[in-house]
Amino acid sequence: MQPGRRLCLFRSRLCALCLPCLCAVPALAQGPQATPSILAPASTPAHEIYNLSLFVLLITGSIFAVVAGLLAYVVVRFRARGPDAEHEPPQIYGSTQVELAWTVIPVLIVVVLFLTTARIIFAIQDAPEPKSALDVTVIGHQFWWEFRYPKLNIVTANELHIPASTRGAPEPTYLHLLSADVDHSFWVPQLAGKTDLIPNHPNEMWLDPRAPGLYVGQCAQFCGVEHAKMLIRVYVDTPQQFDSWAENQQRLAVDDSAALAGREVFESQACVNCHTIVGTPAHGTFGPDLTHLMSRATIGAGAAANTPENLHAWIEDPGTFKPGALMPAMQLSNQQVNELVAYLSTLH
Amino acid sequence: MADHTLPIPGAITAAPSRGAALLEWLHGWVVTVDHKRLGILYVVYAIFFLLVAGAEALAMRIQLAIPGNHFVGPETYNELFTMHGTTMVFLVGMPILFGFANYLVPLMVGARDMAFPRLNAFSFWLTAFGGLLLYFSFIGGFGLYGMGNAPDVGWFAYAPLTAKAFSPGHNTDYWALSLIVMGFGTLGTAINIIATTLSMRCRGMTLFRMPLFVWLMLVVSGLTLITITPLTAAQIMLLIDRYVGGHFFDTQSGGSAVVWIHFFWIFGHPEVYVLVMPAFGIASEIIPVFSRKAIFGYPAMVAASVGIAFVSLGVWAHHMFTVGMTSVGNAFFVLSTMMVGIPTGIKIFNWLATMWGGKIRFATPMLFATGFLFQFLIAGLTGIMLSVAPWDWQLHNSYFVIAHFHYVLVGGIVFCIFAAIYYWYPKATGRMLSETLGHWHFWLFLIGFHITFDTMHLVGILGMPRSIYTYEADRGWNTLNMIISAGGMIQGIAVLIFAWNLIDSFLHGKEAGNDPWDAWTLEWSTPSPPPAYNFGADPVVRSRRPLWDLKHPNDPDWKYEQ
Amino acid sequence: MSAIQNSIPIFADENWRLPSRGRVGMFSLIIGESAIFTIFVVAYIYYIGRSVSGPTPQILDIPIFNTVCLLSSSLTIWLAEHAIERGCMHAFAAWWALTMALGIVFIAGTAQEWTRLILHEGLTIRTNLFGTTFYSLVGLHATHVVVGLIMLSLVLLFTLLGRVEQRHAERIQVLSLYWHFVDAVWVVVFTVVYIVGR
Ligand code: HEA
Ligand code: HEA
Ligand code: HEC
Ligand code: CUA
Ligand SMILES: [Cu+2]
Repeated sequence: MQPGRRLCLFRSRLCALCLPCLCAVPALAQGPQATPSILAPASTPAHEIYNLSLFVLLITGSIFAVVAGLLAYVVVRFRARGPDAEHEPPQIYGSTQVELAWTVIPVLIVVVLFLTTARIIFAIQDAPEPKSALDVTVIGHQFWWEFRYPKLNIVTANELHIPASTRGAPEPTYLHLLSADVDHSFWVPQLAGKTDLIPNHPNEMWLDPRAPGLYVGQCAQFCGVEHAKMLIRVYVDTPQQFDSWAENQQRLAVDDSAALAGREVFESQACVNCHTIVGTPAHGTFGPDLTHLMSRATIGAGAAANTPENLHAWIEDPGTFKPGALMPAMQLSNQQVNELVAYLSTLH
Repeated sequence: MADHTLPIPGAITAAPSRGAALLEWLHGWVVTVDHKRLGILYVVYAIFFLLVAGAEALAMRIQLAIPGNHFVGPETYNELFTMHGTTMVFLVGMPILFGFANYLVPLMVGARDMAFPRLNAFSFWLTAFGGLLLYFSFIGGFGLYGMGNAPDVGWFAYAPLTAKAFSPGHNTDYWALSLIVMGFGTLGTAINIIATTLSMRCRGMTLFRMPLFVWLMLVVSGLTLITITPLTAAQIMLLIDRYVGGHFFDTQSGGSAVVWIHFFWIFGHPEVYVLVMPAFGIASEIIPVFSRKAIFGYPAMVAASVGIAFVSLGVWAHHMFTVGMTSVGNAFFVLSTMMVGIPTGIKIFNWLATMWGGKIRFATPMLFATGFLFQFLIAGLTGIMLSVAPWDWQLHNSYFVIAHFHYVLVGGIVFCIFAAIYYWYPKATGRMLSETLGHWHFWLFLIGFHITFDTMHLVGILGMPRSIYTYEADRGWNTLNMIISAGGMIQGIAVLIFAWNLIDSFLHGKEAGNDPWDAWTLEWSTPSPPPAYNFGADPVVRSRRPLWDLKHPNDPDWKYEQ
Repeated sequence: MSAIQNSIPIFADENWRLPSRGRVGMFSLIIGESAIFTIFVVAYIYYIGRSVSGPTPQILDIPIFNTVCLLSSSLTIWLAEHAIERGCMHAFAAWWALTMALGIVFIAGTAQEWTRLILHEGLTIRTNLFGTTFYSLVGLHATHVVVGLIMLSLVLLFTLLGRVEQRHAERIQVLSLYWHFVDAVWVVVFTVVYIVGR
């Protein structure tokens, strides 16, 4: 574990332990963290929610303090003590004034809470989409993510790259959420609240992170066996990084003659039915696009690091990392798998 | 048995053999239509399933204690939380509360039995059969194709995950069928309770003299009529889809997944109030007796209960803030949800006012009732946090939600159930539960509860989603999950102590007498346990606390009640 | 402890009268059933016009005759209730039998409609969303009519055996409540399926 990460970890644990007194503490971190805490917002929607949540926490916290205080007082003050427990206390059946008071005060609190909440709902949900926005179509699959950039003509999987949005040149990202099979939910806590991906019911959400880096999250709607390993990685790039990434993604797949054997295996096996590698006959859409597989840090939607050993194990049997994943173990010889890995390793 | 022709003197009076007596006894329980026996059957049935579903919860906690654990696989884990949730709600919560109602409502309104005793027995056996059907899926889920397979789609079973294409085999069918069967059982009980409270009250027991528990059961039963039935309807649609190829929730043919979500929560939200309101009723009986004061603001308590029931019908979409409703729709459901806090607040304040100025005796039932008050307050406030739609976009389907509803379901309802068992056990069995074990049970459960569920709020805020069988080691959730799991084990020990207390006190407990708590409602005027037809002569009442009037002839309630 | 009971001060409210438990029970059942129908009706309305392929509701014929039969059966059962209250058992049996006959005509009409739809229009429950919602809503109602008919025929049987007497009027009325409910629901189903949905 790198020291930076350990620090983050420590910090998030600390913030977990001091939650009750958080109202006073300003937003903890601006940049990405290993812990996807909602208390470390790094994008406008998450920030507005964070501020709102502090306000609500303050109000509910005060209600708690008052009522729990009363309860504690009653329990201590009015507990029966020894001898005079014989006589019954005076019987009181009710009091209209008091009851009216504790009806009216909550009504007022509710009005305040509702108005504040409604304002934020409209601010986030109905924010107009600026011209400069980047559009990304997110398609949920059992158990991986497909990302399409219609204007840039890019298709990729599991790792979303978006540009950082600066105050001077805001470039928010608008996600159009679709599903290929069952319900999923896109949740990267530091960037925004979650929104569900529902078949036949397109949804939208937006993010505008400032600080570059890697933000983690995961599918937040139970979607079947491997719902737990449907992780999301959002890379927020500086504009330059983003442009060079996009440029690479737009290229055809690398055609390296050294890996010809692997390519032949790939094209003669069922792989082509499910995967696309642009520039080859592989046009399947059931599984992730592999054209630039090597540009991703993980495979299997975050189930394992993208290393040759892991690729080998994955192709032999995806169940090693992800039991229940919808890619079958193909029963290939070790030789074939080695060739495949060699081929896939060229797909930068 | 064999020689009918040669009666041997003495043989007739000789006790029947042990086996025969046991059979006789069992037969008596199986064919009974007595509301008290049925009530006890419900409660025993529910406690059994509390152990089963609790064991499932502990298995989940073992799996989640450390990241990347292999205690159970993903398939098993998904079955565990589906069965845990379904069992706790439908086989523990509903039957135990309806069991108390069965036992107590006729006694409290001075009736000899429920309005329809045979329907009552039928409802119980439907419920019991539904439970067996659900658990039979462990054996029969995949039928001939292989080993058993329990439902694994979550207790809200969102479409289209339940469609044949994504959920092959028969486990989802078992789930839907058993809920339909139990739904009819519940419907029967609800009808019965309504008819009993409206038509079987003894002389003088006007509606506004009914004990609050009876009032709450009346409201709950009314609510049940219109909330369980939508679930039944939705399950029928699901089965039509799965068995005859309908398209209600088939997104390929224009069907809508969102419609299922609406239908489920149109049932699901009022359902949680169906669960909590009997608990309110229990608290409203226990708190006055142990504070030695009449309930404060009885009319307001009744009005608040009816109010909660009404408002709860219009808040269901607060479970759906993330499915993409319009902003106006979201705002509407924020408002309606927050409004529930007002009548609920009235209840909390009235309980506090009842305790205020009293002489509170902290016997075990009152300990649990006080725990309920404290925890329900927190649970309600986290509910308010969830009802803040933008915040819910973050918190939805995270462990924060799990924490919220376990605070209500365990910290509120289970605490009240324990309070009720400690309170009425002497009436039902004639023996007191051990106070020493009761205190051990209370404190261990309280500590375990807080260790588990307080911590869950934190992992939720740190971004841990629910329904995941494992998590990454670098997310900063490891320690907290370990703590949660440890708390779960402490709760398990407490529940085992409780189970032992039930059995041990039944055999060796102190004799209870008719009225061990010096209480005021009619059930305490009968012997413990009450005879078959409850009352020797039909009682007549003229206030909310008939036994208070009796014990304080100079200072009776009916002089003061509004 | 009967001592306590006997000494509870007698506060005799001479007019202590409570609603009949039969009626209360039946009303509760009806409320529950209404909720089931509401869900099916909502589903029907929501899915109007959302089928991705034909046939469409235009193929339905409005079942006027059926509707008249079912609605008038509410009248006849009401007359039967009156008859038994006054103790005219013959009139009761006659009106009761007529009610049943009208119910049977209704069911026969539905059967005929479905045969036509299935065999000639090719609309089954799995054809499209319209088929799914149509057969389940109308079928749910038809199931209720059939259950009603079974209960009515039991009563008729007992009447013919002479076991039903004037003192059973109350129970007969509770049962007729159910029948009235089934009729009332038809008005809703009819409006939704044949008027709004077409
Ligand atoms: C018995 C069970 C029970 C009860 C009583 C409640 C009570 C409440 N619940 Fe809860 N809830 C559940 C069981 C319950 N809930 C379950 C099981 C789920 C999850 C289901 C699933 O997804 O699996 C859930 C989920 C859930 C959600 C959806 C979360 C999500 O999935 O994103 C929301 C959102 O609004 C919510 C809100 C509330 C509110 C506002 C109340 C209110 O009734 C609380 C009212 C009480 C108070 C507010 C405290 C006392 C009042 C005062 C002291 C007065 C002053 C206060 C104010 C003026 C605010 N609940
Ligand atoms: C009344 C309702 C109720 C109750 C009492 C509980 C009690 C508990 N619940 Fe439950 N829970 C739900 C209702 C309830 N739950 C619901 C509705 C869900 C949602 C399901 C879904 O998403 O589909 C859920 C989900 C849920 C999850 C989330 C799973 C996930 O999303 O991945 C977790 C995780 O920790 C959990 C834990 C616990 C624990 C530790 C307890 C503890 O309080 C349990 C205490 C322990 C015991 C009672 C054990 C005693 C028994 C023994 C020691 C063994 C004896 C054994 C035998 C003899 C058989 N529950
Ligand atoms: C039946 C369809 C199917 C076939 C055939 C198939 N795959 Fe896959 N593949 C998938 C799916 C689905 C996933 C995503 C699994 C997940 O993450 O849950 C996947 C994921 C992968 C990944 C990881 C991609 C990433 O970015 O996470 C690699 C690499 C891969 N497949 C290679 C292969 C190779 C090589 C073959 C042929 C030997 C093959 N696949 C055959 C469906 C298939
Ligand atoms: Cu996708 Cu959970
Ligand atoms: Cu709710």
